[in-house]
Amino acid sequence: MPTTTTSTAETSARETTARPRTRASRRRARGPVRTAIAIVLLALLLFPVYWMLNISLQPSGNALSGTFFPAHPSLDGYRSAVADQGGHLLISLLVASGTVVVTLVVAAPCAYALAQFRFRWISWALLAILISQMIPGIVIANALYTAYERLGLLDSVPGLIIANSANAIPFGILIMRSFMLGVPPSIVEAARVDGAGLVRAFLSIVVPISRNSLITVGLFAFLFAWSDFVFALTLTTKGQVVPVTLGIYTYLGAHIANWSAVMATAVLASIPAIVLLVVAQRYIAAGATGGAVK
Amino acid sequence: MSATRTLAPGSVAPATGPAPAARRRSGSRRLEELSKVLFVVPAALAIVALFGYPVVKNVTMSFQDYGLKTFFTGEAPFVGLDNYVTVVSDAVFSKAVVNTALFTLGSIAGQFVLGMLLALFFHRSFPLSGVLRALFLLPWLLPLIVGSAAWRAIMEQDSGILNLTLERLGVVDTPVPWLTSPNVALLAVVLVNIWLGIPFNLTLLYSGLQDIPDELYEAGALDGATGWRAFWQITWPNLRPVVSVVLMLGVIYTLKVLDIILGLTQGGPANATQTIAIQSYQRSFVEFTFGEGAALSNILIVISLVFAVIYLRANRRQVDE
Repeated sequence: MPTTTTSTAETSARETTARPRTRASRRRARGPVRTAIAIVLLALLLFPVYWMLNISLQPSGNALSGTFFPAHPSLDGYRSAVADQGGHLLISLLVASGTVVVTLVVAAPCAYALAQFRFRWISWALLAILISQMIPGIVIANALYTAYERLGLLDSVPGLIIANSANAIPFGILIMRSFMLGVPPSIVEAARVDGAGLVRAFLSIVVPISRNSLITVGLFAFLFAWSDFVFALTLTTKGQVVPVTLGIYTYLGAHIANWSAVMATAVLASIPAIVLLVVAQRYIAAGATGGAVK
Repeated sequence: MSATRTLAPGSVAPATGPAPAARRRSGSRRLEELSKVLFVVPAALAIVALFGYPVVKNVTMSFQDYGLKTFFTGEAPFVGLDNYVTVVSDAVFSKAVVNTALFTLGSIAGQFVLGMLLALFFHRSFPLSGVLRALFLLPWLLPLIVGSAAWRAIMEQDSGILNLTLERLGVVDTPVPWLTSPNVALLAVVLVNIWLGIPFNLTLLYSGLQDIPDELYEAGALDGATGWRAFWQITWPNLRPVVSVVLMLGVIYTLKVLDIILGLTQGGPANATQTIAIQSYQRSFVEFTFGEGAALSNILIVISLVFAVIYLRANRRQVDE
């Protein structure tokens, strides 16, 4: 031992690190404790989500309930939510689905080109894409509002789809490109030798191989557009086309008359995120890290 | 003949093959180059239209008297720096700048520290750690306005669970007006934003931790670097590139936040939660003075760009290494 001040705890710790078998068994013993701590932490972090669910099932009224369980669960909140906001959920679904299609159609070919073609200006293109992700939404909204006013795209689903693609296209290009860098050029060349054009080779070979990255991008494009609030707020004016995020915002006026309906709408608006997190966890995890660092 | 002329000098060299075939090949090569460019065109157009145009438009609008009138008459007279003078000399501006700084610093500090602690906690795997870590992502995936709504209910003054709990525990005697008092509203908004940002920080820092080779820790352990010392001597220096990326992205995202503040306080009470982004929104879409809104959003772009440059440098260094 190098120093005399080393405490017995430290000594034993050092000894266990020196003996792998003891260390492994200690880790196994500590595992369940860590699992328990993680569950407690998760419960704390997800408390607001639980609370949303709890309030949504409480009888409606303008005062919040302080009880931790809906003792007399009522679906009144959901009835009002569907009556008031059902159409808004549908609009959000349309906008989000449209954004997925536009994003994939525009971003996938570009991602492939930036991954595999030897353009000289690729690093500049990537820089432009990185910077574009940093432009504040309000800047885009300011300009699009004036343009949409002239083009007649205010209060329209296509208008919102185009605006939301702004969030998803740069992200999509970066994610898919980092995946497509790994596509071996030889398999594309083999198809080319057999007479396939560039476009056909892309559609019949690159797209199927890159399926996972396309799914990741599609899911995130959906979530981005579904969650969008800035464009919903600024690019709609007449209340004809109202995505659910804007619906919730209007519900959240200064005085909230019906908490259970507000929370029920919030729960309904959370469904895509929750479903995707459970069903498509693999893809979500891939997108969460890939978009920012790569 | 034009096809042969466009050939690059280098590629003419093996002119041993039959001439028609070579010509056909060069023609198809041009077609090939053209179709390669076509792969990029839609995305390039989208980026020019959805990012290039807005930035240029914001710059020009900020020098114009661009208001509600403009939409009827089509006229937006040039006013020089008037819009900038108007927004900067407004008393709300300095308040918005201070709030933006406090909001950003507070949010980032909280998110980063908590995200880092969680990332370290998850670094060594344990039963169910993968699933549990994935579930931590949920607040980040929910629409921000949904998060705001949930916290509105929690922070409600009279019947919100936060005040009920604090009162039951005896921490406070009277309910705290979280979102309605100018003294605490900014703190409340920061707390909610920390909650929203934890998953992002956790995820990126965790993946950064996974990339540090185990051998470094094993070698460090031999030199007596364990626990806290291992963190400062091994983890932190190796994680620095990821840390700078996480911090810069966090700053850039936080600077432009609208959803959370609008959903919780709408910039109030008494401008206590006004930020530059909120001001820009209100000038453009509440008062319909787009020129002034654009001036503010340009200020926001410049601030973001400063951080973007720092970020890109950090990012490049990370790529180089």
